[in-house]
Amino acid sequence: MNILYDEQVDGVRPDVDRAALLQALHSQWPSLEVLHQQEELKPYECDGLSAYRTTPLMVVLPRHIDEVQGVLRLCHERRVPVVARGAGTGLSGGALPLEKGVLLVMARFNQILHIDPAARTARVQPGVRNLAISQAAAPFGLYYAPDPSSQIACSIGGNVAENAGGVHCLKYGLTVHNLLKVEILTVDGERLTLGSSALDAPGFDLLALFTGSEGMLGVITEVTVKLLPRPQTAKVLLAAFDSVAKAGRAVGDIIAAGIIPGGLEMMDNLAIRAAEDFIHAGYPVDAEAILLCELDGVEADVHDECNRVRQVLEQAGATELRQARDEAERVRFWAGRKNAFPAVGRLSPDYYCMDGTIPRRELPGVLQAIAQLSADYGLRVANVFHAGDGNMHPLILFDANQPGELARAEALGGKILELCVKVGGSITGEHGVGREKINQMCVQFNSDELTVFHAVKAAFDPGGLLNPGKNIPTLHRCAEFGAMHVHGGQLPFPELERF
Amino acid sequence: MGHPQDFDDSAALLEQVSQALEDATPLRIQGANSKAFLGRIVAGEILDTRTHRGIVSYDPTELVVTARCGTPLAELLEVLDAARQMLPCEPPAFADDATLGGMIASGLSGPRRPWAGSVRDFVLGTRVITGHGKHLRFGGEVMKNVAGYDLSRLMVGSYGALGVLTEVSLKVLPKPRQSLSISLEIGSERALQRLAEWGQQPLPISAACHDGERLHLRLEGGEGSVAAAHERLGGERLEASYWADLNEQRLSFFDQDQPLWRLSVAPNTPPLALPGRQLIDWGGAQRWLKSAAEAAFIRKVVEEVGGHATCYSHGLSDEPFHPLSPALLFYHQNLKRQLDPRGIFNPGRLYAEL
Repeated sequence: MNILYDEQVDGVRPDVDRAALLQALHSQWPSLEVLHQQEELKPYECDGLSAYRTTPLMVVLPRHIDEVQGVLRLCHERRVPVVARGAGTGLSGGALPLEKGVLLVMARFNQILHIDPAARTARVQPGVRNLAISQAAAPFGLYYAPDPSSQIACSIGGNVAENAGGVHCLKYGLTVHNLLKVEILTVDGERLTLGSSALDAPGFDLLALFTGSEGMLGVITEVTVKLLPRPQTAKVLLAAFDSVAKAGRAVGDIIAAGIIPGGLEMMDNLAIRAAEDFIHAGYPVDAEAILLCELDGVEADVHDECNRVRQVLEQAGATELRQARDEAERVRFWAGRKNAFPAVGRLSPDYYCMDGTIPRRELPGVLQAIAQLSADYGLRVANVFHAGDGNMHPLILFDANQPGELARAEALGGKILELCVKVGGSITGEHGVGREKINQMCVQFNSDELTVFHAVKAAFDPGGLLNPGKNIPTLHRCAEFGAMHVHGGQLPFPELERF
Repeated sequence: MGHPQDFDDSAALLEQVSQALEDATPLRIQGANSKAFLGRIVAGEILDTRTHRGIVSYDPTELVVTARCGTPLAELLEVLDAARQMLPCEPPAFADDATLGGMIASGLSGPRRPWAGSVRDFVLGTRVITGHGKHLRFGGEVMKNVAGYDLSRLMVGSYGALGVLTEVSLKVLPKPRQSLSISLEIGSERALQRLAEWGQQPLPISAACHDGERLHLRLEGGEGSVAAAHERLGGERLEASYWADLNEQRLSFFDQDQPLWRLSVAPNTPPLALPGRQLIDWGGAQRWLKSAAEAAFIRKVVEEVGGHATCYSHGLSDEPFHPLSPALLFYHQNLKRQLDPRGIFNPGRLYAEL
């Protein structure tokens, strides 16, 4: 175990009487499915970030909300930590189990409860897959806008917990912008409704607070999302550039022209080559960078905007400019981008995906710095970038079987995130902090800010039983981490003792 | 950019908060007082944010503006306008000198809200003086940021109960290329049905209000889509200024004597049977009610359709905001206690218990 994911770094967790807990669960909820044999627990030892693994104390798979409530109450009484998990596709170890905690799997709550076309809403259980919502809404000409790349598998409960994004966020927003109402259970099993079927709700905006709270404040039991009418048409332009800086400037030029594309993605040469090898999307493999710009909406507007964007891209020095001729080509252009992660995965036994965000104007400098770090650490980095909203996904290539490479990849990743913070960005745009970026939280926030986060947590879960050790680092952890880092010429926690 | 009165007065604001914490003096946080009529009456020492003003950064190609909370909203909008950008949530000002801080603290959005999003949807980051006497930063100037809890959006609409906002970063958007307003003669029930149908189609509607007799629509987008929608929907041309008059409550509807209520409901809720007159905004999701009916009765009717009601007539009700369920109130109190342990920030403005 290293410092990144050892659950005991934030203090030794108390032992749990496993047999007694099992016994209590069985007697109170005889039909509740509980997994506790080693071989049954194995599939649940990690989420989408498989480098981090822990075998949970036990896994419960409820089918009824009453059971979830019962499990929470029981665990609360016995001070047993609970980690909620949806489809387990998260990329930051947010659903990483605890050796001394219950893993509460919500995947069986997979019913779409109601699609209301007149209100343009869908009310669903938390285990419903993201894409399934759009599929159910399709007969009404509606869809659910946020589309994380794992959308065929990831569940809406996890999307809410992580405030998931996707490739259309600049125009259509993140999960938080597309929610109306969430039902939750608190740590002691009390039901709360956040938001409402209207566009707002009285009191504090707890819906916003809970979105992206990574299972630290409550367990999501039902979600009502907004649906949008499907755009009449979508067109994709592909522009090639002989430098990343030029491609970056072109993005600013498109926005300066008053156009907000539905999607605006950038890939660097290594990512382009990997995607082309894998998908044969027809990408220009000699380009230093490509931009994919999707314009969607009403036919007449999209036509005008395509012409405008073409002009902007030409003036920005695009060496090649293509418009997808038909739907098949449009899908192919996107397939290259959407499969960039697995494509890069083919170049190397392992890869590590980062998720920093930066103000867009900082892109050329940050990419240059990443190239330098890549050389320093002796690991290749491919860059995929949600250019419209400043969310970078550098993919660090490494081989976990080579001694020291995982540690080097993690260290390089950490450096990249710190670079993002330094230029005014964030360590995570859409994947969440989870266990993975918990140390970098100490770089983005000072001890007073972290203290406020702990205060928020205390308002909902004073005993710290929901997903402990994720999202918000203890000041103790930051002091330990800070001892290795000097931030802005100053140690980040000068008031704390070093050890 | 830059205004002769631009000034970073955060040190003085922090000093006043620190003193209030020490003396346990409640503070009444105010800008231009343009929204003082909303909420309960607060007794406390005035903390005036207007000396802390000015735009801190604005880069139109980043679609982000950061400004101090005392910045007059009008000044901010003027700067955005010069770059052909806007705040899509169209916040009402209710006074010429309304400030950015008040806009965020009240979280009120204008006619474009159902299609573009609310004030909180456009907040990217804030700086806040906390109940522990610290000046802290949450969120940032980037579109996507999920590090830590979303304190910035929590501040929106909290009426100053959780801290003093000192600075806000907002996402802005280009103004639409084309905007055209029309008016159709159609009853309210039929109008709500048509709006529900149109909502399922990619029509460029960006405002929809029914005044009891006519349905007023604003179409915004590219030239092509606006022209096509106009051709399809027909109707008479309407002055664009109608929307500002609606937003600022300058329409004659708002002049009537009875108390004013805001009803927030699902957009496709049929017309509500309540005494008095109603004006339907937000494509059905926001209903303005002029009525002398009892608060409890209005709230019961609205609750039955899953909505809530706010009293906009100052001093009429001791509970202007819709009461919270006991469970929700409990967690509101917990949050208030955690973030404002000495209870100095606008005590009682939202609810007596907060």
